[in-house]
Amino acid sequence: MTVETDSVSEVPVDVAADLPEDADQWTAKLRHAAVEALPPQRLMPDRQPAYVASWIYVFGVLTLAALAVVIVTGSVLSIFGPTWWHVSSTGLFVNSLHLWSVEVFFFAMVVHLWGKFFMAAWRGRRRATWITGVVSFVVSVGAAFTGYLSQQNFDSQWISTQAKDGINSTGAGAIFNVTNFGQMLMWHIMLLPLVVVALVGLHVLLVRRRGVVPPFDLPNQHEVVVDPGNLTTATAANLEDQS
Amino acid sequence: MSSPAEGSIHRRGRRFKPDRDVEEWHGKYLPYDLVKEFLIALVVVVLLVVALAVVFSSPDETPVTVKSWSTANPVDFAQTAITELDGTSGTATYGPPYNSTAGASQSIGFFSPESWFGVHHPINTANDYVISPLKTLPGQPGLDAAIATYNSASPNQQASWTAAYEKAVAHATSEGGTLKVPAGPYGPVGEMIGSLTSMARSGALDGALLSSRQFYGTDYTKPLLFIADGTYLSDLAQQQHLTGDQWGMMNETGNYPGQAWLWLYTLGYQIPPMNSSSNGDLQVWAIMMGLTVVLVFVPFIPGLRSIPRLSRVYRLIWRQHYREISRQTLDAGSVAAATTAPHLGDSASP
Repeated sequence: MTVETDSVSEVPVDVAADLPEDADQWTAKLRHAAVEALPPQRLMPDRQPAYVASWIYVFGVLTLAALAVVIVTGSVLSIFGPTWWHVSSTGLFVNSLHLWSVEVFFFAMVVHLWGKFFMAAWRGRRRATWITGVVSFVVSVGAAFTGYLSQQNFDSQWISTQAKDGINSTGAGAIFNVTNFGQMLMWHIMLLPLVVVALVGLHVLLVRRRGVVPPFDLPNQHEVVVDPGNLTTATAANLEDQS
Repeated sequence: MSSPAEGSIHRRGRRFKPDRDVEEWHGKYLPYDLVKEFLIALVVVVLLVVALAVVFSSPDETPVTVKSWSTANPVDFAQTAITELDGTSGTATYGPPYNSTAGASQSIGFFSPESWFGVHHPINTANDYVISPLKTLPGQPGLDAAIATYNSASPNQQASWTAAYEKAVAHATSEGGTLKVPAGPYGPVGEMIGSLTSMARSGALDGALLSSRQFYGTDYTKPLLFIADGTYLSDLAQQQHLTGDQWGMMNETGNYPGQAWLWLYTLGYQIPPMNSSSNGDLQVWAIMMGLTVVLVFVPFIPGLRSIPRLSRVYRLIWRQHYREISRQTLDAGSVAAATTAPHLGDSASP
């Protein structure tokens, strides 16, 4: 393949070709691995197996939508600072949006989690998908908890003075001081949201990578005709590599 | 693709396990617009959240300050202050991470992480909550003399004074907001606690208790623990159904939903032995951490990972799929019995 590079100001997209001299390049290797793991049709499929037909599937996407609202409303609160919502009616409304989006987020996530449990959604090399989902839930609990501690009102006073006993009993109180407002605010608006977003992002990529778990007991599959429309979205080989 | 018949026996030398493995899906694929689904979900969530925010708003109860506490209940403040001075308050006897009170750390057998980590936020209640703040008050020679007398006295003399004051302040009253303590042999302690109460009511003690010696401060550990040592804060919490025996961890002020997802954690504090054990916090946390680990690793735990299959809740989740399978099986049986014509292909194609 010939590539012109000396007379154009913009590098053509297809210049990212598999040039032999670039075979050992880390960037090329990473791109190849990424595309192999998640080709566009698998990353953003336009078809799903016919069994993906239940209201339970809605709660995963509802969780993502609620998380988006949580992040946007939290960002607005961050722009104006922690005191704003105590003294401004607009701020109080944004805080209300933040609170209720968190409630919706947890409701949807818990329903999603239990739905996936009863589907045994870890089957077929989907253990990492399950684990990232559960850990996302646990970290989200921490993110919400630090939010309650950062309210600067009676509620946060009471919660912090009570919760300190549990945290301290584990030894974590030595470095995670729930009565230190500044520390809790930083955890709430920076550290934990980063972890939640990273975990949820990884979780979604794993869902796309492995596909939606098939039902139990697929009888007579050999008699069911495969839709030839989009085989790239088919679920991957399903026996574990390791026990 | 291999057939289920092959996959269900052996592959790569391993037996198919229904709680770990799946058959490949060989059935239909139907149009499914993920982006459209997400945007619709987003609109629904936004509308729902806006409606909830408009109708219910969000709670914002005014925080308690040392000033508001000592103004509303100076007797409770004075009774708490003397326990800080004589070292019998909840904070003074807490142990790590605030001080090294012997035997105060929670433990389960040899497991006592609280004591292993040690003191990281040191608080000397007598000095930090009483003596040091009083020393910041200018132009009070009587108070300065009282502090000097107290500091130069023997520990036994100090204990005698504080015990006498504790006894007296138990019968104290508040008249017009002013603390009235019956007379007693409490030496300089009466002057000290009386001055501290006045200082608290003026608002000066709030600033003096902040941990930071810089202009900007965000660490409220000391004033929060001082306030929590009294009964005023817990009385307010009781009215807001926030105490431990009211499942307070998952409640919110007013009638708002709180951290409902902490229900299991809160439950731990309601049942024995945790509800009465001095190691209850560590016991609850150990149980919750254990359960969390179990939940994370459910896919690896034989028995637990079979619950979904055995409970057959999945039949409800995928009822449309199983209905379709049943119908196709019936159709295939009918067609095979009647003719040798191609089966199922037409119905399965998009």
